[in-house]
Amino acid sequence: MPVPDSTSILTVRNLNVSFARSTLKAVDGVTFTLGAERLGIVGESGSGKSTLGRAIMKLLPSSAKIEAEVLDFAGTSLGKASEKQMRKLRGNEMALIMQDPRYSLNPVLSIGSQVAEAARLHLGLGRGEAYKAAARMLERVRIADVERTMRLYPHQISGGMGQRVMIAMMLLAKPRLVIADEPTSALDVSVRGDVLKLLDELVTENNSGLILISHDIRMVAAFCQRILVMYKGRVVESLVKLEDAKHPYTRGLIAAMPDPRHPVRRLQVLDRKSIDAVEVRS
Amino acid sequence: MIEVEKLQVAFGKGNNLKQVVKSVSFTVTKGESLGIVGESGCGKSTVLRSLAGLDRHWTGRISLAGQTVDKNRTIEQLLLAQMVFQDPYGSIHPRHRIERVLAEPLRAMKKGTGWDRVPQALERVGLPVSFAQRFPHELSGGQRQRVAIARALMLEPKILLLDEPTSALDVSVQAEVLNLLSDLREQKGLTYVLVSHDLSVIAHMCDRVLVMKDGIFVDELDKADLEAGRTHADYSSVLFQSSFL
Repeated sequence: MPVPDSTSILTVRNLNVSFARSTLKAVDGVTFTLGAERLGIVGESGSGKSTLGRAIMKLLPSSAKIEAEVLDFAGTSLGKASEKQMRKLRGNEMALIMQDPRYSLNPVLSIGSQVAEAARLHLGLGRGEAYKAAARMLERVRIADVERTMRLYPHQISGGMGQRVMIAMMLLAKPRLVIADEPTSALDVSVRGDVLKLLDELVTENNSGLILISHDIRMVAAFCQRILVMYKGRVVESLVKLEDAKHPYTRGLIAAMPDPRHPVRRLQVLDRKSIDAVEVRS
Repeated sequence: MIEVEKLQVAFGKGNNLKQVVKSVSFTVTKGESLGIVGESGCGKSTVLRSLAGLDRHWTGRISLAGQTVDKNRTIEQLLLAQMVFQDPYGSIHPRHRIERVLAEPLRAMKKGTGWDRVPQALERVGLPVSFAQRFPHELSGGQRQRVAIARALMLEPKILLLDEPTSALDVSVQAEVLNLLSDLREQKGLTYVLVSHDLSVIAHMCDRVLVMKDGIFVDELDKADLEAGRTHADYSSVLFQSSFL
């Protein structure tokens, strides 16, 4: 185990995001720091978790207003960075892995040329070199028969394989920060574990920080060292263990998941009124 | 209620022939809820589609409510089983109002126009009656799945076939839909066949679970097995572990 970097990779203080002229904040006063660790962000659809991930990458549409006291990534202030500087950072220093490989891979390019393209752009390699680097990386993500797979197109490979190709592409440049937005929710349970393990292995190897965004609180708890729970754009609770959950929203989310080891006749549903009441008071 | 004997389904011809379901047999008694779990491509949805009468090239014997059904079914046989699909975005006509979506099955089965039964159907799944005038895009995913369940119940079937009914939904909304399904089963004495890749959903809903792999059932688990985490085949223990990361 390498000693974790004591310097933080990402510092976020009081981050707000709103869209167009709406006064509603999609992300509302979020503050956290990330070192070389695995941080989970959990919440329902519409809680602002994906918007937060995209705001850090500055990948939101131009109608979005991003305001933050501090938004520092490895010494550079992202708040002030121009689009040109951001382009240099994205892919090289920070990477985003999205939910469904079917939509995030280019359907008309073969797997090999897509991964090699990433190597050419981010590592500045020549054509032949890039191809070799791509092959090595695909081998690292445990793709069997690399030579054959590199000639295939995205529609010819399975979802689990596609997500591994995405991981290979994103982690080729050894980014300091990896944001994985629901990386496994399009996948079968049986391949979910493999993909997560792989992601963890590569991130630890590069000593980088990982933000895992998901709605599956139990999976996040098993995988991440720290969890932020988001509700209506705000971080309502920061947890290390699920057992410590105090906020009614977090507890509601945990109770809503069926667990065969503790069967119940009816699943608990979120009592949104009491959650909102707690939120107003705090 | 359901008896299936040596069901086989194959797609393609000649060299491309792919045996998707390889001779499976099972029975479901009245009021029981059976779960089928497995990975993508193991043939679990194909079994369900054959039961519903959507796939017509199966061989073997299927009997619903005591009568053996043919590949081409009569209206009476079609009324026995209804299906709820995975994706509420894809299974409801985007340009029909909810009332028309709900009335459609009755009209299709020549049981009148169906308009008068719409309010009752919406109430049954816990939606306000005013939703009848809305279009599908004006509803959330969970509400849309409720409409899909209401539509399946329009014909008062005895059997409900559920193909991944909650995998497109958030956990909190999933809990609401699963509760609705268990309430309906109790009220109406329905028989369920539920297909999913999520073992925890299946275990919550079903009395008995069949584990499917490559077109055959490799394991059968009952409530006690699930609670204790007991499995009888290597594959199902792998599946068990990966479900509880």
